[in-house]
Amino acid sequence: MSIDVKNASYTYSPDTPFERQALRSVNLSIGGGELVGIIGQTGSGKSTLVQMLNGLLKPTAGTVTVCGITTTAKGVKLRPLRQAVGLVFQFAEHQLFAETVAQDIAFGPLNLGVAPSEIAARVDDALLNVGLPLEIKERSPFELSGGQMRRVAIAGVLAMRPQVLILDEPTAGLDPKGRDEILARIRTLHRERGITVILVTHSMEDVARLVNRLVVMHEGGILHDGPPSEVFCQWESLSRIGLGVPQATDVLRRLRLEGWNVPAVALTVAEARQAIVAAWRERGGQD
Amino acid sequence: MRVIEITGLKHTYKGHEGDTVALAGVDLSIEAGEFVAIIGRNGSGKSTLAKHINAILLPTEGRVVVMSMDTQDPKQLWRIRQAVGMVFQNPDNQIVATVIDEDVAFGPENLGVPTAEIAARVDAALRQVDMLPYRRHAPHLLSGGQKQRVAIAGVLAMQPKLLVLDEATAMLDPVGRAEVIDTILTLNRTADLTAVLITHHMDEAVLAHRVIVMDEGRIVTSGTPAQVFSQPELLESLGLDVPVAAKLAKELLRSGLPMPEGILTATQLVKALCLLT
Repeated sequence: MSIDVKNASYTYSPDTPFERQALRSVNLSIGGGELVGIIGQTGSGKSTLVQMLNGLLKPTAGTVTVCGITTTAKGVKLRPLRQAVGLVFQFAEHQLFAETVAQDIAFGPLNLGVAPSEIAARVDDALLNVGLPLEIKERSPFELSGGQMRRVAIAGVLAMRPQVLILDEPTAGLDPKGRDEILARIRTLHRERGITVILVTHSMEDVARLVNRLVVMHEGGILHDGPPSEVFCQWESLSRIGLGVPQATDVLRRLRLEGWNVPAVALTVAEARQAIVAAWRERGGQD
Repeated sequence: MRVIEITGLKHTYKGHEGDTVALAGVDLSIEAGEFVAIIGRNGSGKSTLAKHINAILLPTEGRVVVMSMDTQDPKQLWRIRQAVGMVFQNPDNQIVATVIDEDVAFGPENLGVPTAEIAARVDAALRQVDMLPYRRHAPHLLSGGQKQRVAIAGVLAMQPKLLVLDEATAMLDPVGRAEVIDTILTLNRTADLTAVLITHHMDEAVLAHRVIVMDEGRIVTSGTPAQVFSQPELLESLGLDVPVAAKLAKELLRSGLPMPEGILTATQLVKALCLLT
């Protein structure tokens, strides 16, 4: 299972006054089982890129190949691709519609033609994977809390057993605990199921904690691509394009400007603490 | 002067699976010129409380008085709606016109403001949110932060006394968030507009004069940001968090560094560290 984006471009409303090029010759390879974060300002091309990964959009130039399926190939069948690549949109709970949680989660697999006898097991499995109790199945999804609704929506995508899970802003609008829970579930899914996870987000804190690889998009192209610890060293470049660094990194950056001998990046509070304590001792601080 | 006076407020939603008590007895008063942040987990009652402030919801029990007007008095409804401007989460759901200045004019037009005055109000409102150069633009070409600033301008054109922002930054990127927060801070300081900000971002709540923490339909604690965020255990038990700088300061204190109390921002933390050595 791999994703190959080759020289892919995308233009919205071509040959009209509203023509806008959203992607410019993007090259990106993601191997099976990777956990990748994509960050970038609104309008940088993130959403266009991920919508190309399950064939919702086809590149206007270049190619996108996922699980061996090239979306622009002649006579291509996109159905297997839609099953293989699960896309969880921003505020996915707005798309819940069924009378019960179980019916909502079953909708995707039923449409894929999964045998009715297998559906119940898939629903249970998906609920457990997002950390919701099975008792919730017969309840209306609209009577749940915001965080629970978000998880039901994710379960609906998981029930299709995708090999690639793409989540667009999965923590937006959730309280800190809800946010932590969703991130922990994503981490577990990735680790235990070995599925490829792509996380599209505005939150530098979320990617710092979760991903192994960070892709930074700007004006339809890829500006940086590497481990978070390397990408967040580029804080000047990131701030120029309207992005930030995790707050722990920001503290170290400010200390460096004051002449402190600390590393450029800390992804967590614990890392920042360690770096500051060491530098403080070096500066003559006594316990 | 007191802008909001809420006493014994209870609110119950009727649902298919029984009733849900969203507010279980809230007492709160807000003075003119205050900037108040409300935090609390999803379902704690924040949004229900906000909707009571401009009579979108009416109390099941208790009273909500806005600028000396009781929200349960139907004769005052439009004056309350004019006095309290609300900005919601989704920038795309709040813009109705196809051109920015017409959108901002929508509110005052509905209030029956004379045409000549509407133009002046629209100009002033767009200038206050720093969007005047975009007055003839179409809204769909703006960024999320710009759209939310237009939504704020639409409210300002009605000349409200109070601005209520219900997770108005949740869908924005970091730049958009900073734009909206800076706009609120400026309006609060220079235009003396009272502001109530509902947020899940602790680093936004830190900027308020007063932070109110809600859980299960009640106010659990409130105080200055320094007072509220000095209780990390309580906040954590409520599904909340403390700002990263505050967490780091506490960790450093635990590691033996003589950190002062009340650190909430990166600026304060770095300043304190530089004074140590």
